Amino acid sequence: MNNSQKWIAFDTILRREIRRFLRIWPQTLVPPIITIVLYFVIFGQLIGSRIGDMSGLPYIQFVAPGLIMMSVITNSYSNVVSSFFGSKFQRNIEELLVSPTPNWIILLGYVAGGMSRGLGVGLIVTVLSLYFAEFSIHSLPVTIAIVLMTSLMFSLAGLINAIFAVNFDDISIIPTFVLTPLTYLGGVFYSIELLDPFWSNLSMINPVLYMVNAFRYGIIGITDIPIVWAFLIVGLFSALLFFLALRLLEKGSRLRN
Amino acid sequence: MQPALSIKNLRKTYDDQFEALKGIDLDVAKGDFFALLGPNGAGKSTTIGIICSLVRKTEGLVTIFGHDIDKDFSAAKQFVGVVPQEFNFNQFEKPLDILVAQAGYYGIKKDIARQRAEKYLRQLGLWERRNEISRTLSGGMKRRLMIARALIHEPQLLVLDEPTAGVDIELRRSMWEFLKQINDQGTTIILTTHYLEEAESLCRNIAIIDHGTIVKNTSMKALLKQLDRETFILDVREELSESPKLEGYPMTLVDGHCLEVDVMKGQSINEIFIELNGLNIHVISMRSKANRLEELFFDMVEKNLVDVDGGQNNE
Repeated sequence: MNNSQKWIAFDTILRREIRRFLRIWPQTLVPPIITIVLYFVIFGQLIGSRIGDMSGLPYIQFVAPGLIMMSVITNSYSNVVSSFFGSKFQRNIEELLVSPTPNWIILLGYVAGGMSRGLGVGLIVTVLSLYFAEFSIHSLPVTIAIVLMTSLMFSLAGLINAIFAVNFDDISIIPTFVLTPLTYLGGVFYSIELLDPFWSNLSMINPVLYMVNAFRYGIIGITDIPIVWAFLIVGLFSALLFFLALRLLEKGSRLRN
Repeated sequence: MQPALSIKNLRKTYDDQFEALKGIDLDVAKGDFFALLGPNGAGKSTTIGIICSLVRKTEGLVTIFGHDIDKDFSAAKQFVGVVPQEFNFNQFEKPLDILVAQAGYYGIKKDIARQRAEKYLRQLGLWERRNEISRTLSGGMKRRLMIARALIHEPQLLVLDEPTAGVDIELRRSMWEFLKQINDQGTTIILTTHYLEEAESLCRNIAIIDHGTIVKNTSMKALLKQLDRETFILDVREELSESPKLEGYPMTLVDGHCLEVDVMKGQSINEIFIELNGLNIHVISMRSKANRLEELFFDMVEKNLVDVDGGQNNE
């Protein structure tokens, strides 16, 4: 395949992925939006007004960046894991496996599809959050860079989960038992300054903490951690996950007999 | 001339140590219509899986129009179209979208992909259903959709794994005509099927695979020549109470108006008519009792089974 043909193959996978999540929008777009709106109403307005300030900011303004990031993380991950596993389950992944499309194009196509949904939902949630909280962008480059890298990282993680999954339970275990706790304990709803030193130090091994804080810094200019660490950690994890996913595709693990 | 497909010493042992292929060699000439026959579990689908890279081989060399499927996989894959045994398309997508997407995976531009999709959907009688969800198509339509999908990049080698399984006779015959047309236009076709009549009427060359080895690889004509006996059914005008006795032609009475006769290789069917005429019995129609290829197939597979069992017993 020449470069033009590779581009067509990538574009085909990406468009098919976007068409998929738009076709089933009541399952893919509406629930995360409703969930985030409920978070804003309950944690932001109803309870938030009684909490007072967090890190010197009204609570709703503090949680808004974390809630946006949470929607980016969960949607990037769940799009790739469900789409790729669905293709495995229905065996239509074979359409790609018999074609000359290189594995790295398959990988990029699915990841770009996951990022499209993650960033798309993130954008919708950002617009909705403007109804509940006021904020301006503190650093646009930091905001865009960290949200793109986070979405990339969780899309890659979703693909790896889908490659290993053999049944539908396997694609819900990681989101339920790993992703959700990491997100909830990743500083979305609180500053780690509030925690005892033990829990504060323990939180430092949670990669989601770095992403949420870097994103919060990009939007409102405050962070619990040095943001350079956030970029290093997300960059390192993304590179590792990319090569692992590529290796699995090349080996044909759980895809080819 | 360079073969369309060349397989050398192909071996496949699955993770559970089941040896599906035990070192097969096979050449399929360019332009051929080739049948790969064998009982269930013989190794047909494993062979096809390796050709289209859905199964990883343990050992051996596979080249498609001279391109090694390992070293030159991109070029090799451009030459092959595959129609698998089971439906493997997204049942929630529309036929037109499935075909255009498949073309995209081969790097074909969208406008060309759309033209080709229309061409093949029309040829296979699916154009009117192009925008319906594939799940709603009938079984026969789904099979035809998979054929259209396999042809969208216009491969020179088309591999069909049981393409007419579960398809009614009328549709099966129309699919045969379509495949003959494609083959006449120069596409090499490899077919596995359980309908031996299908292989006999379509294919010029044949390989019979059993227990992971090729037990026969020859032309269809040469294979059918090996048949030394054929059974015919004769419908006669007169009502008979017992089977007529014809020397050299064992005959049995099926019912009052129907006889079954075995004709050995070299014997003349004319003799039967003359002898029956002499007995004032008039034949009004005649047909072969069983598919000729079927008889040979069972003979060979049975013989191979005896060999395999014999080998095991000797251990």
